[in-house]
Amino acid sequence: METILSVRDLTVAFHTYAGTVQAVRGVSFDLKKGETLAIVGESGSGKSVTSKAIMRLIPNPPGEITKGEIMFEGRDLVKLSDKEMQKVRGRDIAMIFQDPMTSLNPTMTIYKQIAEGLKRHQGLTGDDAKKRTLELLTLVGIPNPEARLKQYPHQLSGGMRQRIVIAIALACNPKVLIADEPTTALDVTIQAQILELLKDIQQKTGTAIIFITHDLGVVANMADRVAVMYAGKLIEKGTVDEIFYEPRHPYTWGLLGSMPRPSDDRSQDLPAIPGTPPNLLHPPVGDAFAPRNQYAMKIDFEKEPPFFPITDTHEAATWLLHPQAPYVEPPVAIRDLALKYRPDSTFAKSLLKGGLK
Amino acid sequence: MEKRSKLLEVKNLKQHFNIGRGRVVKAVDGLSFDIYEGEVLGLVGESGCGKSTTGRSIIGLYDATDGEVLFKGENVHAKKSRKEKLKFNRSMQMIFQDPYASLNPRMTVGDIIAEGIDIHGLATSKDERNNRVYDLLETVGLTKEHASRYPHEFSGGQRQRIGIARALAVEPDFIIADEPISALDVSIQAQVVNLMKQLQRDRSLTYLFIAHDLSMVKYISDRIGVMYQGHLVELCDADRLYENPMHAYTKSLLSAIPLPDPEHERTRKRIIYDRPTGGAVGKSSEDSSIPPLREIEPGHFVSMTDAELEAYQAQLV
Repeated sequence: METILSVRDLTVAFHTYAGTVQAVRGVSFDLKKGETLAIVGESGSGKSVTSKAIMRLIPNPPGEITKGEIMFEGRDLVKLSDKEMQKVRGRDIAMIFQDPMTSLNPTMTIYKQIAEGLKRHQGLTGDDAKKRTLELLTLVGIPNPEARLKQYPHQLSGGMRQRIVIAIALACNPKVLIADEPTTALDVTIQAQILELLKDIQQKTGTAIIFITHDLGVVANMADRVAVMYAGKLIEKGTVDEIFYEPRHPYTWGLLGSMPRPSDDRSQDLPAIPGTPPNLLHPPVGDAFAPRNQYAMKIDFEKEPPFFPITDTHEAATWLLHPQAPYVEPPVAIRDLALKYRPDSTFAKSLLKGGLK
Repeated sequence: MEKRSKLLEVKNLKQHFNIGRGRVVKAVDGLSFDIYEGEVLGLVGESGCGKSTTGRSIIGLYDATDGEVLFKGENVHAKKSRKEKLKFNRSMQMIFQDPYASLNPRMTVGDIIAEGIDIHGLATSKDERNNRVYDLLETVGLTKEHASRYPHEFSGGQRQRIGIARALAVEPDFIIADEPISALDVSIQAQVVNLMKQLQRDRSLTYLFIAHDLSMVKYISDRIGVMYQGHLVELCDADRLYENPMHAYTKSLLSAIPLPDPEHERTRKRIIYDRPTGGAVGKSSEDSSIPPLREIEPGHFVSMTDAELEAYQAQLV
């Protein structure tokens, strides 16, 4: 499949009074046409900063893209002037924000907010803009769209507001849609509706989606490919099946293990990842996850691991994949999942033989 | 479970809020349930269903509109004298949702935790007070050096540990935890849930655990109550609820949770609960009222009308 967006060695720093916070430290990934790439991580891992950097929405100062390139249709977005970027933003690349309560303008009608982009990027006015707005409202499943045009955000529920935010993002048929935790503020039943809507829209319009979330359940539901982020770096990339059924990085194991599942035995403790993520004012030497990693080796504290390829689509940055690394046994939850769903994979087979290499 | 003694009995609890111009929000509308000694009762539901209001009404942060709350057989809302209230406040504590808003930013962590100890006169000397604070900090996985610091110096997970230490300081029997983990990251949620479980075992505490995250709540609860529009629609043993949910709303809620499992997600069928919203204008109150709970099998209560009873019995497996 054709690559539509390519991020290379993206580095973002924030200059604060306390010092320079290295929020994103050399992130590289490709987004292919029509796919959904999920970026997963905890708060502070840099996933939102990455998405804002692609949109060039990092406030400068204090923030700054210090290194790297973001290639979109043969142009490096990092190098565009503010004016040129305004033409890309909202038209080619659009964003859905987390909180529908704060991302809409409370003093503007629904119609005005949706038509803003149409007017600016496509020059649509009057009846044309109105027609397109009604189309969009229908597309995102808003009942009785005609009546909503003159309403204000406060007259709508949280789920409806998020649909409006999505309609605004879709207004100019963007090629890339960045959804930054679009369902975190919503109830589970509303979340399910919004996720279904996004999948439906993707099928109809073929837009590529970067889906930022911390919820692995949502990832399993939405993603074609997954990139796991920790302390400002990507640590594992793969297809959704590879990440869930054949994960290789101990942090991915920890994340997957700490999610409760209905089949779990309640008398056991949940396997939690001990400790807290590092402070990115002073990023640690070596593998940033090492202090929380029960599988950490001496080298993890000294030298940062490179990405080791596992398959064409799967790679992980952990020294455990080095040819000289010892055999390790991943947590029970990971083993169980692999054996249940992918008993024939090399991953599952090597687990049965007594450990991973 | 039936043999155990009741620690808390909630009888027909109502909490209505006047929102002006004669309009009333019936946040909790006739809720009845019991909590047994040493158990964890989970209370789940979507935002606005009245689960937090229930917790706040029980502990007396709101004056209940109607109904009774009996704690160890005594009506807690009828207590008037300062002394009686003090005694009750010591036995029931609360852990709040937002670890950022629930700690006074101008107090040191030591003072925050010791506030209850001071109010109830639980320590005779300054040394004893401080030692208690240090013990509590260590119990929740922090260190005694943390006592002299301020809340802003801590992460969300650590702050929630401080909130737990504060609740434990007066050695309560019963703790109401109002969404204690929903503001935390996944890996930290597991840590806090494990801590709360361990404390519950070690100190034989009783919890009312309020949450919207159904998968986490199952981990900690013995029984789970599902709330919808100010009413309980189902109350059941935790495992049984997931195995055999009966009420249509419970089913829709359970079917909406995405699980960290792509194969499951590809085949998940969502059940949609389509009930006309209660209390809508122009409807008689009969139409919109949610029927009372009935016991369909031992320990499994479902909200239903007489007419629905047979249909539910047929669903029993």
